[in-house]
Amino acid sequence: MPPLIIQLRNVLVSLRLTVFLLALSIVLVFWATLDQVHLGVWAVQQKFFHSFLVFARVGDLRVPVYPGGYTIGGLLLVNLLCAHAYRFRRGWGKAGIWTAHAGLILLLVGELVSGLVQQDYQMRLDEGETRNYSESSLLNELAVIDATDPKLDQVVAIPESMLASGAVVQNPVLPFKVVPRAYYENSTVQMRTQAPGAPASPANQGMGPQLAVTPAEVTYRQDERNTPSAYVELVGPEGSLGTWAVSVLLGNPQRFEYAGRSWKMAMRPKRLYEPYSLTLEKFSHDIYPGTDIPKNFSSKVRINPPEGGEGREVLIYMNNPLRYAGLTYYQASFDNNDKTTILQVVRNPSWLAPYIACAAITLGLVIQFLIHLAGFARGRRRA
Amino acid sequence: MRHRIPVFVVAVAAVCVLLGSVQRPEGGSDAVLAFGRLPVLAEGRIKPLDSVARSTLLVIQGRQRVMRADRTELTPDEWLLDVFYAPEKADTYRVFVVDNPDLLSLIGKNDENLAIHYDKAAEQVMALIGFLPSRQRRMSFSEIAPYLQQIEAQEKLAEPVEAQSRTRFQSAVVQLYGNLSHYLRLRRALAPEGTRDFLGELLHLQESLSDGVEAVRAKEAGKPHDEAKAAALIAEGQKFIGMAESTDLLAIPPDDGAADPNAWHTAGHALLESFGQGFVSPPVLAYAGMGYAWRNHEAPSFAHIVQMYGSGLEKRFGPQVRKARIETVFNAAQPFYAAMIIYLCAFLCAVLSWLKWPEPARVSAWGLVALGWAVTTAGIATRMWLEGRPPVTNLYSSALFIGWGSVALCLVLEATYKNAIGTAAAGMIGFATLLIAHHLALAGDTLEMMRAVLDSNFWLGTHVVVVTTGYASTFLAGILAVIYILRGVFTRTLDKATADALARMVYGIVCFATLFSFVGTTLGGIWADQSWGRFWGWDPKENGALIIVIWNALILHARWGGLVKQRGLMCLAVFGNVVTSWSWFGTNMLGIGLHSYGFTEAAFWWLSVFIASQLALIAVASLPLGKWRSFRAPAASP
Repeated sequence: MPPLIIQLRNVLVSLRLTVFLLALSIVLVFWATLDQVHLGVWAVQQKFFHSFLVFARVGDLRVPVYPGGYTIGGLLLVNLLCAHAYRFRRGWGKAGIWTAHAGLILLLVGELVSGLVQQDYQMRLDEGETRNYSESSLLNELAVIDATDPKLDQVVAIPESMLASGAVVQNPVLPFKVVPRAYYENSTVQMRTQAPGAPASPANQGMGPQLAVTPAEVTYRQDERNTPSAYVELVGPEGSLGTWAVSVLLGNPQRFEYAGRSWKMAMRPKRLYEPYSLTLEKFSHDIYPGTDIPKNFSSKVRINPPEGGEGREVLIYMNNPLRYAGLTYYQASFDNNDKTTILQVVRNPSWLAPYIACAAITLGLVIQFLIHLAGFARGRRRA
Repeated sequence: MRHRIPVFVVAVAAVCVLLGSVQRPEGGSDAVLAFGRLPVLAEGRIKPLDSVARSTLLVIQGRQRVMRADRTELTPDEWLLDVFYAPEKADTYRVFVVDNPDLLSLIGKNDENLAIHYDKAAEQVMALIGFLPSRQRRMSFSEIAPYLQQIEAQEKLAEPVEAQSRTRFQSAVVQLYGNLSHYLRLRRALAPEGTRDFLGELLHLQESLSDGVEAVRAKEAGKPHDEAKAAALIAEGQKFIGMAESTDLLAIPPDDGAADPNAWHTAGHALLESFGQGFVSPPVLAYAGMGYAWRNHEAPSFAHIVQMYGSGLEKRFGPQVRKARIETVFNAAQPFYAAMIIYLCAFLCAVLSWLKWPEPARVSAWGLVALGWAVTTAGIATRMWLEGRPPVTNLYSSALFIGWGSVALCLVLEATYKNAIGTAAAGMIGFATLLIAHHLALAGDTLEMMRAVLDSNFWLGTHVVVVTTGYASTFLAGILAVIYILRGVFTRTLDKATADALARMVYGIVCFATLFSFVGTTLGGIWADQSWGRFWGWDPKENGALIIVIWNALILHARWGGLVKQRGLMCLAVFGNVVTSWSWFGTNMLGIGLHSYGFTEAAFWWLSVFIASQLALIAVASLPLGKWRSFRAPAASP
């Protein structure tokens, strides 16, 4: 082998690299924890952990200053695999290390996968209400709905990111193109009568002319959410239909008629529809007597299966989620004087990975340290 | 002779502990103690009035003892009795701590009127060198009362500001306002404001109750009635509504045959119900009777009423009453205070064994540590039984448990190595963690109720206990390393055998710490997955635990790879103290930055001092080995 490759191999299999990477990861985690004060936990995850490089702002430039979570995690993985491949030896002496490291690989890969595929939604239910969809707490969409058939809505959902990029959307269901004219990641909406000084609105259809949309600073705080707005122009074969103002702050969809059909358009939190539906029978909020310390929150929910029928009743409460049809429903919050429950809805196909990984690592560490302990005890007896 | 000394030392200490725990507080008569044992429902759980008194005093003034103006002392129970029944006296006791200079000037205090003047020359000298306080920190309610409006106005301004972004003045004013309301809620718990003879009033009500109720009914129905009687009853009713609304102490047990055993009432609420029942609630009458006797210094009748009411309660609420009694004994025994002193003595004995007198001092130290550990075990077990919970439920109990776990490991180490290192470490950690716990107790009742998301004995018993054991063992490795460095650099006592033994201990403990911190952290992840739908959320507390795991893994890999030898291992282990203290406390202070408040402000300062001291130790350890007194060439020694 050429000396350069031998050198590279020696680095890749070395414990020196392991220690170096572990030290890097400690600094990364520490720095990210401190940065949460300014950025909030979601933005920190994107900046530090779900990234190859951590960027810092120097003047107006974004300069990479530190390896991100993908880089450090990836290199640790490579280091681990190379070291095991290179130093492979048969025998029980290293069984603990092997098990622990196999578990570690599963843990890292599992977290990578769940970071990529996990989706978070929320379902808000008033007592007695039934819903068959949940809503994203982060992402929004522009829904253009063909509502001609009163029994069936046909929905075209345009993700927020496409509005932001300004891409023109043409969809076979729609007899017009959707042209984003402006997009504000966070905004406030007022009636024009209350904001007399607002600049002229580009909108000339629907609610638009009465509204004043003002861009607002993007928030990263956990207890706040961004309320985006946009101006979109609809363009048919014979020319523009006009420009609408849309915003998640507007409650009801805006209606219009075109090409002999009835349409509705609304910007709303991204929805996840299910074939079944949930009904909230009762929400309870127990407190300890004589205090306002919460003792328990629970939602009694009925699952109505797609094939109809009675369905079954389940109780969702703290530390006791409902796992159903690949989704998990958690008691997250409540509202409206204890009459509304808010369930966190999570789709995470790799949720089992950390359970298995942790069991494997624990087992491995126990085996390894018992081997050490046995050796130590033998040594003392001899001495 | 030789092995008699340790037995003697430990026996003396044990006797001191026993005497201390059964010793009667000065001035507290049997009847006052019995009053302290009466159960009430406060802050969500049934507890003795003694606990109400003690935790209130800790919150508002940072200590349990109360001084009268003439510098005589009151027990917490006597203080509570005065608050309930002789508020004009209680208002003169100095129990409100005010330290913030701006707040002091708001309530008309300055350097001159705060200064304490001592008459005796000796006291003046003591005050000058700081052994006696030179200025007043505590104010009485009557001193503050004239400024209540200003305080309330400032509190209204400060309250909407998030706790983390408040200035020191803002936090101080919010805290003082909270303490004053806490005090007033107690003052109004059993008798309405400004009544001198509540018992007489209630007895009068008892007599006129049926006529009064009749008059009010007739009035409501528009029939002829005795207006004076109706008006008197309505006035009483309004007074009782006022009482019910201005307290949160649920002192009155549920009625006979009540469905919900937790449906305790305020005295005002129970009195309002007497209109419907046709008689005045007997427990309220009993409390008013105690008040009458207490105000008029009629000790025998006070004792009699307390005894009667107590035995009546015991018939109906046997288990709760017995629990309250044991809690009172526990409060008075203060096992953690006793253990703190024992640990300190153990540490001194262990050091003595290195310098002089190896065998007797070493065995004495071991015995003392075992005694201290037994006392803390009893204390923690009592807390668990009272609460019906696993050992760690809040920051306070985590401090107790970290100390307990580390000391247990130290006992094993000492039993294996017999070189007083385990006991020295045990003394240090035991003392320090109990001291930390003492300061954490100032936040209020340490047996607090668990918020909904934490209300899971399974996870509290597994995740929290295991991860706390991980913290404990990481600290222990660090403290052993500190002993190595201090003995090596500053004394000649670190011979090769001791150094090797210490290195093996640190290595073993780091292995143990890696296992427990890893398992504890991932159990936490699994709990989070069960309750929030994510295994890992990069939340500060999770990150803190993760850093401990990675740090321990780093130490092990560095040693396996031969990157560090003995001294390097010790430095890494000392840095483990920094990492662990940050995870334990630092993550709770995030977002607070430089304008922190209350206890956390002090904690921030101590955390910084601790971290600086550990870094200094690492710097000391980095001196060339030739400068270490233990490792100097033999030629240098005489």
